[in-house]
Amino acid sequence: MKVNQAAFQAGLFDPAAPAPTGLQNPDGAPATKRFDVYRNNVAVSLSDALETAFPVIHKLVGDQFFRAMAGVYLRKHPPSSPLMMFYGEKMPQFLRRFPPAQSLPYLPDIAKLELAMRRAYHAADTKAVDPQALAALAPDTLLASRLRLAPSIQVLTSDYPIHGIYRANTTNDAPKPVMQPEAVLITRPGFDPQINLIDGSSANCIKALMDNTPLGETLTDDRLDLGATLSILLGQSAITEIH
Amino acid sequence: MFDVSRDAPLPPLPGVGYKPQHYADIIKNPDPIGWLEIHAENYMGGGGRPIAQLRHLAERFPISVHGVGLSIGSEGDLDPEHLARLKHLVDWLNPASFSEHLAWSTHDSHFLNDLLPLPYTETTLAQVASHITQVQETLGRQMLLENPSSYLAFAESTLSETEFLREIVARTGCGLLLDVNNVFVSATNLKTSPQAYIDAFPLEAVGELHLGGHDEDEDETGAPLLIDSHGKPIVDPVWALLDYTLERSGPKPLLIEWDNDVPDWATLAEEATRAVTALTKVAA
Repeated sequence: MKVNQAAFQAGLFDPAAPAPTGLQNPDGAPATKRFDVYRNNVAVSLSDALETAFPVIHKLVGDQFFRAMAGVYLRKHPPSSPLMMFYGEKMPQFLRRFPPAQSLPYLPDIAKLELAMRRAYHAADTKAVDPQALAALAPDTLLASRLRLAPSIQVLTSDYPIHGIYRANTTNDAPKPVMQPEAVLITRPGFDPQINLIDGSSANCIKALMDNTPLGETLTDDRLDLGATLSILLGQSAITEIH
Repeated sequence: MFDVSRDAPLPPLPGVGYKPQHYADIIKNPDPIGWLEIHAENYMGGGGRPIAQLRHLAERFPISVHGVGLSIGSEGDLDPEHLARLKHLVDWLNPASFSEHLAWSTHDSHFLNDLLPLPYTETTLAQVASHITQVQETLGRQMLLENPSSYLAFAESTLSETEFLREIVARTGCGLLLDVNNVFVSATNLKTSPQAYIDAFPLEAVGELHLGGHDEDEDETGAPLLIDSHGKPIVDPVWALLDYTLERSGPKPLLIEWDNDVPDWATLAEEATRAVTALTKVAA
């Protein structure tokens, strides 16, 4: 009896199924608990990988809920690549539809934030422009310029206080989150990703810059504080090229 | 401290699986470690701290790149994207060694994050040999193939594991990575002799030895079931099997693997010191 890899894989993800026929104990009897070693390895290692990827979600829902949720996720969305550092890409969509998570409607956005922090951690290294170079440009030249941002830079906007919730679960003595929409800018000035609270108009401006819009055309919102926006980008080593 | 000649092989000294939490300790005083092993997949991001640390370590230590995701034992084709990522890493790092497992981990584009077993037949022999040839041609270097930990047997197998590995070496020219703990785990689980396995193993092809801890359990019949967990100290019978191996192979680069419940550096260095003793016994 041959055991192909499709049958082996199907058995791994179905704990109720018997081990595929053709897998044996040393005495020739069908393997049962021995096959469970592989089942367990796969489930535990993927669940651990998700816990590493989503420490704040883990903290918010508790270990028991997280493990049960991870067990459902890993069967629905097994990794599509061996790069476990990026496993969990579908967690935001999954949480949005996962019935037991409906009482915590901000979870999908927190998952997005944790994925973004991870992407920033592993993003390619870049060299930031000298802040003086920007200051030296004539205003008209500056407004006509496009700013290339580092690959670690990401903007997230949410109906929930994602910055407040993240900080409250990762920092000692952080203030209690206030229920309000928040936007964040993720940066990586050195090796450690930073999460910066920004306002909605800054978020729109930076998103437009990321779409290669000239700076002058991103100023569509009267509430935008351009000085503050540029200052945070420069201070966080986020601008890699002015062109 | 060490002359890291980029094209030199791994030295016949103890090495450890590198964990970022040991970075400062290793930089301060790496004794008695002569080289480091990394998991290839952890260094396939675009940049950041992991790559920066690896660049720095590679200036001071010979590096062994150990892949855990290539799925050389797959029935299907190797993932060309993953092979390209591996080539990129090996090209810039120019490590002293590259090794992978006699196992599969990807099927139908699903990566299962475990080293899964394959039967030993003429069919799988041809598949594995073809994959190894593809890897060696892509990377432009010889690779080492590691013997697995077995928990069960395939009724369809027609070759022993040592016959299978010997034939792979003959067909591809690859080297072997002999994991002594895996030999002990498999022999206990499959009720065979670990010494007989070493006797039958093509030791002349071995470029590196692995040593690690395992967990103890029982199957449903009460027979011992050892699990290759890399989360504990190495047990005495495995140290004894290492001595048995080294008496026949001579000194080899010897890796202490500890991937789960990773201990502090002092504990790991203690295991490595015991490895020095084992290597010294057979030196010259």
